[in-house]
Amino acid sequence: MPMADRSKLTFYLLLAPLLLWLVTLIILPHVGMFIVSLREKVGVREYETSFANYAVFFNEPLYWNTFARTAYMSIASTVLTLLIGFPIAYYIAKLTRGRSKTTLFLMCLIPFWVSELVRTFGWMILLRETGIFSNLLQYVGLADAPVEMLYNDAAIMVGLVYTSMLFMVVPLVTTLDSLDDSLIEAGYDLGASGIAILREIVIPHAMPGIVSGCIVVFMLSLGNYLTPILLGGKDSLWFTGLIYSQFITRFNWELGSAFGFLLLGLSSLIVFVGLKLTRQSLGKTMAQT
Amino acid sequence: MSETPDLECRHICKSFDDFRAVDNVSFSVPQGKFFSILGPSGCGKTTLLRMIAGFQKPSSGDLLIKGRSVVDVPPNKRPVSMVFQHLALFPMMNIGANVGFGLRQRGVNKTDVKKQVERVLERVGLAGVADRAVSSLSGGQKQRVAIARCMVLEPDVLLLDEPLGALDLKLREHMKIELKQLQSEFNTTFVYITHDQSEALVMSDQIAVMNHGVFEQVGTAKELYYEPQTAFVAGFVGEANKFAATVEEMGGGLLTLRSEAGRPVRGVAAGQGLAKGDRVRVFVRPEAVRLSRAPQDTISNGGEGTVQSVLFNGANSQVLLRDAQSGAEISVALPQTGEFRDLQQGDTVHFRWDAEQTRVYADG
Repeated sequence: MPMADRSKLTFYLLLAPLLLWLVTLIILPHVGMFIVSLREKVGVREYETSFANYAVFFNEPLYWNTFARTAYMSIASTVLTLLIGFPIAYYIAKLTRGRSKTTLFLMCLIPFWVSELVRTFGWMILLRETGIFSNLLQYVGLADAPVEMLYNDAAIMVGLVYTSMLFMVVPLVTTLDSLDDSLIEAGYDLGASGIAILREIVIPHAMPGIVSGCIVVFMLSLGNYLTPILLGGKDSLWFTGLIYSQFITRFNWELGSAFGFLLLGLSSLIVFVGLKLTRQSLGKTMAQT
Repeated sequence: MSETPDLECRHICKSFDDFRAVDNVSFSVPQGKFFSILGPSGCGKTTLLRMIAGFQKPSSGDLLIKGRSVVDVPPNKRPVSMVFQHLALFPMMNIGANVGFGLRQRGVNKTDVKKQVERVLERVGLAGVADRAVSSLSGGQKQRVAIARCMVLEPDVLLLDEPLGALDLKLREHMKIELKQLQSEFNTTFVYITHDQSEALVMSDQIAVMNHGVFEQVGTAKELYYEPQTAFVAGFVGEANKFAATVEEMGGGLLTLRSEAGRPVRGVAAGQGLAKGDRVRVFVRPEAVRLSRAPQDTISNGGEGTVQSVLFNGANSQVLLRDAQSGAEISVALPQTGEFRDLQQGDTVHFRWDAEQTRVYADG
């Protein structure tokens, strides 16, 4: 076999698993879902092609509101995760060395050895009416009756931030690690304050890490099902919850598929807007972290 | 000329755990001088520079800039600027923003920043590059931008941390001259640290040779080269033939020694306190040794030797001789006057050097 043909064969063989994964697990199901979402049920086992399922979404305020709420809660949790994760990542990347760095990094990782379900139950043990925080408050005397801290937006937010923290910290540590310390020193030497250095040197350098961390955290929050349902209760009104109930409770696969596609469209749109606002490109962001 | 020096260090010490990086260093640099600190890596020169810049705090001692103590002043408030080893230009900004960085931090308004940036870039010979990216410049140009970025702030002292180390040889030779020119043009005090003796010798008004955290000697390039005070300086600055000997006789400023290999040698003591019978180290520069085909009258030191090898390197060529009397090897700079062009391995030549150029140090 000639050399060129052989290297071509190697290339396709190496590419095959990726293509197989992409086509069978991502493209085919989505195409299938899209076709299902365009079917309108007009009678028993009678379907017509139309956008009726999408129209249902736009005509029902509950769906609308849940959709918008999911979006802004996800954005809020992303921003919160960034605000908490950045100092942690900066500390790990810049202010620790050698062993303590590895230890700290590992401590961020360890909670993820436990399944998300168990971790969420852990939060429920802490936050519920008969839980640890409630008892503590009563013991200290700050409350005279049991306090219910579950089933509200704050509880959802706590759960979301906790779940996605690692995915923010890892890309941030990677980019901050690559920032040369002498750039920070040069900034100080030229008379800059700590805040000016953060704004003009550290953040511009860390931008690809910030953006990729935000994208991942946002996607995880938007598509999260367990945390909002368990910590937010039946009033959590999370869009994935709506999709679930269409598919499983109401057997309305057509509407569920339409919701699925709307969620896909929403997340793509927000990521696109985010990239435009920060003047980053997806390729550059993903290549750097 | 003003009375107060631009930079003064008084008994500066810096310890890390039980390691003394800088040990009781005192010096002062008058306004407008080019002061170099020369030393091997790990001698504490970087620590000293970082203390002057304010990134590290001395364990004890005082640091004065224009007569004012700055030990408790943070680096962003000190009137010193630093050119970093790898320059540390900000890759996220264009050249203009890099140079204007310090001015913006001082709250200078935009039009003035732009004007001053243009002016300083012009002075370093880079007019009109303000809008370009840092990565579009060559190594030497980056160097000049780094200097411009500091000089635009008009610091009292400019610190340079081996900024030529990353450049290739040709460019380094060129930048040496350019740095010196920039220094005299800006008339700012430069403190330059390096491990490369030729950088220090070419550019400096004053050089401090540093080893194991202390200054071995402070002086002009010529003083260091011709009158090294310690064995370390004699060995570190310039080349030298070294051999061990014993003092046999003293008097008239000259010492008579006997080398370990048995050759009588006459030389001058570099310090006080040598006595008859002391073990000493003798340093002779290869360029102080004269060669001749015919025997010479050897009032001072000399003899006959066989050429072991000729190390040809243009103007820096050397000959290795085997001393016929003692069997010791002597390195001699090959004169490039053409007289010894055909010198070959195995030839016999006569050599001679002055007692005044033989420096003797106490051993140990």
